Amino acid sequence: MNIKILGALAAVALLAACSHEAPPVSNSVSSGMGTQTTTPSGPVPGSEEDLVANVGDRVFYAFDKSALTDEGKATLDRQAAWLAKYPQVSIQVAGNCDDRGTEEYNLALGNRRAVAAKDYLVAKGVAAARMTTISYGKDKPTAVGDNEQAWAQNRNAISSVK
Amino acid sequence: MTDHDSSLPNHSLLGRRGLIGATASLLAAPAALAQSAPPAAPGAATPPQSAVIDVNRARTAPIPVALPNFATDNAVLADMAAQITSVITNDLARSGLFRVIAQQAYIGNDTGAIPNFGNWSAIGAQALVTGKLMDAGNGQLRVEFRLWDVLPQTQIQGTAYTTNGANWRRISHIIADVIYERLLGEKGYFDTRIVYVADSGPLLRRVKRLAIMDQDGANNRFLTDGSWMVLTPRFHPTRDEITFMSYSGNRPRVYTFNLGTGRQAVLGDFVGMTFAPRFHPNGDSIIMSVTDGGGSDIITVDLASRRRTQLTNSGAIDTSPCYSPDGSQICFESDRGGDQQIYTMDASGGNVKRISFGEGRYGTPVWSPRGDLIAFTKIGGGGFSIGVMQPDGSNERILSEAFDIEGPTWAPNGRVLAFWRQTPAADRHGSGYSERIVSIDITGFNERVIDTPTDASDPDWSPLNT
Repeated sequence: MNIKILGALAAVALLAACSHEAPPVSNSVSSGMGTQTTTPSGPVPGSEEDLVANVGDRVFYAFDKSALTDEGKATLDRQAAWLAKYPQVSIQVAGNCDDRGTEEYNLALGNRRAVAAKDYLVAKGVAAARMTTISYGKDKPTAVGDNEQAWAQNRNAISSVK
Repeated sequence: MTDHDSSLPNHSLLGRRGLIGATASLLAAPAALAQSAPPAAPGAATPPQSAVIDVNRARTAPIPVALPNFATDNAVLADMAAQITSVITNDLARSGLFRVIAQQAYIGNDTGAIPNFGNWSAIGAQALVTGKLMDAGNGQLRVEFRLWDVLPQTQIQGTAYTTNGANWRRISHIIADVIYERLLGEKGYFDTRIVYVADSGPLLRRVKRLAIMDQDGANNRFLTDGSWMVLTPRFHPTRDEITFMSYSGNRPRVYTFNLGTGRQAVLGDFVGMTFAPRFHPNGDSIIMSVTDGGGSDIITVDLASRRRTQLTNSGAIDTSPCYSPDGSQICFESDRGGDQQIYTMDASGGNVKRISFGEGRYGTPVWSPRGDLIAFTKIGGGGFSIGVMQPDGSNERILSEAFDIEGPTWAPNGRVLAFWRQTPAADRHGSGYSERIVSIDITGFNERVIDTPTDASDPDWSPLNT
């Protein structure tokens, strides 16, 4: 539950910073990861917060689609690198949909999105055994509102630390 | 019993006895009346000016019915007598096929064994329902009711029920079903329930619980506590049981839930997610989807042997399967052709045919209990709609359109659908958002919200007599 709430809060923060995708990881943050003593309140390396703040925990999809965008692939490349750095971490990849589809179809579509993200990570060398997928269909939105901006936020696959 | 008249036909009421511990006996027409009216025979000629018509005519001209409060000599039962009358009135009026004449219009106080038909015809009543309530001792209640055809001045039906007083609401619905059946020549749907998902809490942390209620919204009961998300409850065709999907343990899977014992059981161990369950019309197996990689296949699981049979393997999304009432065919949705459309296939998985060809996407196909129609959700042109088509895809008709409506379910007589309607969230706090269960006649008239204590989605209408 805490993980979910953190994910949602982080999403709002990211939205404020740019349109859809997480900002690229800055050099200063990456280099600071190894020591973790210099910053008073930074995320713990390898943690959920670290994934959200410094890597990008989610990728977005077009309406009724599960193909990864170039931005999505870039985010997953960073996730793969991050998972390589923290081999003890396992993740859940959750697929979600906007509510412009029917309940059961969206459960299947959310699964397809989660699997698309997971398959990409496997291709980038992440062991399949470290990842599980789940679909919440249209029932776990991260953005409220019946407009294209909210719907775009809700068509995603979100990685979270298990 | 002494008041049984063997010249009157038995009817389906007797099948309900065991379920609520009620006994029903037929009441003969008072001796002063020449004879009772014959049972309604669909298609047969009916006496002129008789209240007995058919559904199509009643849609255009609802049958005017008078329904004075049931009488009782027992002051303790007076409230219940009025409530029984009110439940029957509400059932008939909500169907849109009856016009219950307001009690203020009634002339005189009709207390004799035979109604003063002139007083009822004077206010335009064609059918009259009278009833009497008696304390039968030991907590038992005797409810007598008679249905009269006002213009020919005949008794159409007379029945006495003896049951536990706690069943008064159910007896009221059963009486309303008898009235519906005797006047329209088809089974009613009032003694039924609706299982659904009760939604509460803020939109980003929605709590979803299973809930069940009578079809008129009464007797609402929550079946799960909301600690895990639950979706898509569907009734067993005969038992007091549902199948549904739960995220219990963060593992989305299909379960069965015996409502009598409260026992829940997961339906098998699968690598992927199982979802979109429905019982076979014989109740012996469940058809559902299971994910396989990015695709979703349709399978059946036999409930006794747990044997699994895979029916589709397209690699696409195949889901929302539903049997025809005779079990010989299955309708389902698939995006194998590029987007979400409705298909039918044989129960064995062969002979797959696409049946939806209109503009837009089609999903949630549900076969009518009469076998004649498939109800669906259509998405296109910026909105959602609920419609019906024949099983070969012909004669598509849209019944209701809205920003977001979906998930039709059939009343057991195949004359009414329920679905859910979502009104949009106007701002990022979700203001304006609501989900309601709505019923509608299959001709698209008489759309009505069913009152629920919380937001409500994904209804499933029970069979009659459960």
